[in-house]
Amino acid sequence: MCLGVPGKVIAVDGLMATVDFWGVRKQIRLEVVDETVQPGDYILNHVGYAIRRIPPGEIDATLALYEELLRHAEQDDLMAADVRGEIAGAGDDQQ
Amino acid sequence: MTSSNGGFAELKFRDPARARALSATLERLLGEIGRAPVSVMHVCGSHEQAIAKFGLRAALPRALNVIMGPGCPVCITDVPEVDEGVALARQGVRIATYGDMVKVPGTVLSLADVQAEGGKVDVVYSVAQAVELARTIAEPLVFFATGFETTAVATAAAVLQNPPPNLFVLSAHKYIPPVMEIVAEMPDTRVEGFLAAGHAATITGWGVFEPFVERHKLPVVVAGFEPLDILAGLVKLVELIGAGTASVENMYPRCVTKEGNLRAQEQLWNVFRPIGGRWRGIAHVPNGNLRLRDEWAHLDARKQFDIDVNSLWDSAPPTLIQDCICGDIMAGIKSPTDCALFGEQCVPHSPVGACMVSSEGTCKIWHQYGGHPDLGGYGGAVCAR
Repeated sequence: MCLGVPGKVIAVDGLMATVDFWGVRKQIRLEVVDETVQPGDYILNHVGYAIRRIPPGEIDATLALYEELLRHAEQDDLMAADVRGEIAGAGDDQQ
Repeated sequence: MTSSNGGFAELKFRDPARARALSATLERLLGEIGRAPVSVMHVCGSHEQAIAKFGLRAALPRALNVIMGPGCPVCITDVPEVDEGVALARQGVRIATYGDMVKVPGTVLSLADVQAEGGKVDVVYSVAQAVELARTIAEPLVFFATGFETTAVATAAAVLQNPPPNLFVLSAHKYIPPVMEIVAEMPDTRVEGFLAAGHAATITGWGVFEPFVERHKLPVVVAGFEPLDILAGLVKLVELIGAGTASVENMYPRCVTKEGNLRAQEQLWNVFRPIGGRWRGIAHVPNGNLRLRDEWAHLDARKQFDIDVNSLWDSAPPTLIQDCICGDIMAGIKSPTDCALFGEQCVPHSPVGACMVSSEGTCKIWHQYGGHPDLGGYGGAVCAR
């Protein structure tokens, strides 16, 4: 899906980052993102790859959209399911 | 305020006042154009999800017709491409692919059917998982790679990271900009402008649409996924249509730049080359398919395996899929409710066509949200017909 999902970078190890998505930690690859990514940054994840570093000024608005999506979603909601799928699927749990 | 705006409070807009203002602007712009319908197309499953989920069509002016085009990557994967994966799996080759692809029907079988017969089919969330899986096994693993450029860059990155020698790629990746040309050139097309998807444009940049705009004299507006983003995108698009201005406007600057993600593009074009090929149900799309470049032939499943798709067709029974109008729906010529199978023989748990399989497929989205109270009045003149 083209929506992707934003998450907060917790740690970076070479081309791999540990990223927190609403409390779920995943391993996300950094080959594709075109800026240096550091702990504390937010990235947009698509199929396990960071495709963009989210500029600091835009983090709140981006997170708000996804929180709105998930909050109002019923169990079988397609859009929320795609977002949850992106969160659940990426890499291995690092909790 | 007209009654069409009355539902905004329930539509869960974060800013209902702004939504009402945007809708009023749309109404005014359409009044100035003075004819109906004005048809625009978006090419993104997530846009359609947001439009359906938030009941946008019911809230839009009746004179505006918002059509979902070929924006579902699962749906436009062509039948012969599914057949290649199915044939390989039936030949005993282990296949890894994204979840939705398993259920998509080929000519005779889906990968799920082959799995039920005992074929080895692994669902992965990411190409990175396919790489990891290949490292843990000795047998060959073919990654059946589908999706638009946003997903193709991940495949490209994996190819460039020295994958294990038992990993192969069967690429069915697709590239969006060329299919917009096809839709624009269709004789029946009513599309007067395009809403481009924000995140695909994150990779390619909005500059990629300039040659299209130049050739076809149709405006393109890059928009985000929030209802307000989509409304603002539609306002800009209708404004351009009304003024007769063919240009690219970026209404999603928080995610999209003119040149896009250059690092991603470099990897994409180092690994893939665009070739012409069919998109399911639509047409032959010049430069619409992404295939591995010759230097990656050692990873290319088409070069390394003898894929015998003809063997699948020997006993092909007549199927409902002949009546499926998925292609016309993705081309924007028909809507799901025009299909005799929709909601009858074709439902999400037993899909006939690919558009009912994917969470980004028009039919599945309409099937889920169609009965939603937010969509009161929907199913009428504003829908694609």
